[in-house]
Amino acid sequence: MTTLLERPEVTKAEPAVVASRRRAGLRRELLGLLFLAPALLVFGLFSWWPIVRGLLISFQETNLVDPAVWVGLENFQAVLTDPLVGTAMTNTLLFVGLGLVIGFPAPIVLAAVMSTVRRFAGVYRVVVYLPVVVPPVVAILLWKWFYDPGSGLFNQLLGLIGLGPYPWLQSPHTAMLSLVLEATWAGMGGAALIYLAAMTGVPAELYEAAESDGAGIWRRIWHVLLPQLRPVIGLLLLLQLIGTIQVFTEPYIFTQGGPDDATLTVLLLIFRYAFQDGRYGQAAALSVLLALVLAVLSAVYLRLTRSWSTK
Amino acid sequence: MTTFTSSNDLRRPGTAFALRAVQVLTLLVLVAIGIGPLYWTVKGAVSSPTEMVTNPLRLWPAEAELGNFARAFTELHVGRYLANTVTVVIGSWAVQLLVAMTAGFAFAVIRPRIGRYVYGAILATMFVPYTVSLVSLFLTVLDVNLLDTYWAIWLPAGANAFNVLLATRFFEALPQELYDAAKVDGASTWQLLTRIVLPMSRPVIAVISLLAIMHSWKEFIWPLVVISDPRLQPISVALANLVDSAPLDELIAAMAMALAPPVLVFLVLQRYVVAGLGFTGVKG
Repeated sequence: MTTLLERPEVTKAEPAVVASRRRAGLRRELLGLLFLAPALLVFGLFSWWPIVRGLLISFQETNLVDPAVWVGLENFQAVLTDPLVGTAMTNTLLFVGLGLVIGFPAPIVLAAVMSTVRRFAGVYRVVVYLPVVVPPVVAILLWKWFYDPGSGLFNQLLGLIGLGPYPWLQSPHTAMLSLVLEATWAGMGGAALIYLAAMTGVPAELYEAAESDGAGIWRRIWHVLLPQLRPVIGLLLLLQLIGTIQVFTEPYIFTQGGPDDATLTVLLLIFRYAFQDGRYGQAAALSVLLALVLAVLSAVYLRLTRSWSTK
Repeated sequence: MTTFTSSNDLRRPGTAFALRAVQVLTLLVLVAIGIGPLYWTVKGAVSSPTEMVTNPLRLWPAEAELGNFARAFTELHVGRYLANTVTVVIGSWAVQLLVAMTAGFAFAVIRPRIGRYVYGAILATMFVPYTVSLVSLFLTVLDVNLLDTYWAIWLPAGANAFNVLLATRFFEALPQELYDAAKVDGASTWQLLTRIVLPMSRPVIAVISLLAIMHSWKEFIWPLVVISDPRLQPISVALANLVDSAPLDELIAAMAMALAPPVLVFLVLQRYVVAGLGFTGVKG
């Protein structure tokens, strides 16, 4: 926090003044605590304590009825030897990787085109953001209907040009790809608008200088626009990584992790451990491992945000 | 607004044509993927089941019927689920706003010594997304006997570090002289908050409200975990449960009703949503 209000020096003052300042200081602390009470309550009970408790439970065995028992590293051992954990990690990495390949460049290209639009710029912005406001469950159920191998929209449309029918969600080979396509559709608009805002902030002089040096459109994109966007690209890359590693709703509703565990992700496995098997300790242990990965990524993110905002 | 194409480029007919073509093509693709699915939902909602199987690609059913909407209300109880979602959203919004404004005011204006530690502890939670404490959060909610009540959604929603960050930064950026002048005039802390700070806080209240409402309308995994009573479930959880049992045409009508409110709110407020993205996006 920046210092807005200098605290008065207490040295060399009259004792009475010191006492009154001390009282004012105490009053300030109490008043501060009063206003912080709602935050302390909700963060204490629903954020700080669960974080600590998650760590504790990962070393315990608990079934909600009997008192919890310390079991050392047993939960971690159980998790790391469970073949499903390896599957879930591989699948999650596949989702993250496909999401990067398919979903990461798309909003940059979209924003680049949108930045050249003069008339109807608002129409582009509204339409590109529409999928983002569709509630995820509705979006996924819609896509599930589109993916239907028989009467689904996608196979019907592809059938018109002689392709398919494809099994989409029902084959272990294409299920994850189908999830990524929906997730890309759902998330693209937000990123595109952030890129667009960053692109319109590139100083016009840079383009003019490049142009007078003989740079064509492509070279202006490559040598001016993209270098200027680098901080935003880095941030959105990290945000996408952090978001996609936690993927849950897509596999839960589309496929329940199937077929043949092809879309079982880490968070879905945590959910199964805890809420289907009642193995809270193992769920907590896997959560701790996931949290470590996410914390590293978040730390990088915060570092980047700081250097970006002080720029 | 700057862009990489210059007026010189546009004077070359080939370049101008190519650019225009790319723009139009992009708009067509955007309309297809942005409006297309929404249109298809509405079309599906007014189609009969036989129509959907026999003529799946028809742009509008031969006989549009509104009966699906009525049946979605009477048989799938969509009205009740939508009302539950509204309850969830309003409560989450109120708790988030209360926590963010009081904490921001304490950190930026009252500035107790303990403030910096609390602020640090709150910001630190941004490193731990709530999905990784899903299990322990569930056990905590179980301990305090809040399962199957909306408080189980409302209160954890308030523990949002980003809101506190937004409010604190906003209050810090207000001119310090305002606070000093009010104190010299003998204003109490309460008057400082209600007469000076809150009336100036409309932008930050708007941003936090927008984020809170959009986020809690979309929320799925947490309500799924803590609300198991079907009568209390919000529409997102209910739809996920109905998908296996409900007839497809009624389900699509229900989906149309679930996505209409956020889409309409977005269309009305689109200026602010897009501006809010700029504010919260990357500059922090």
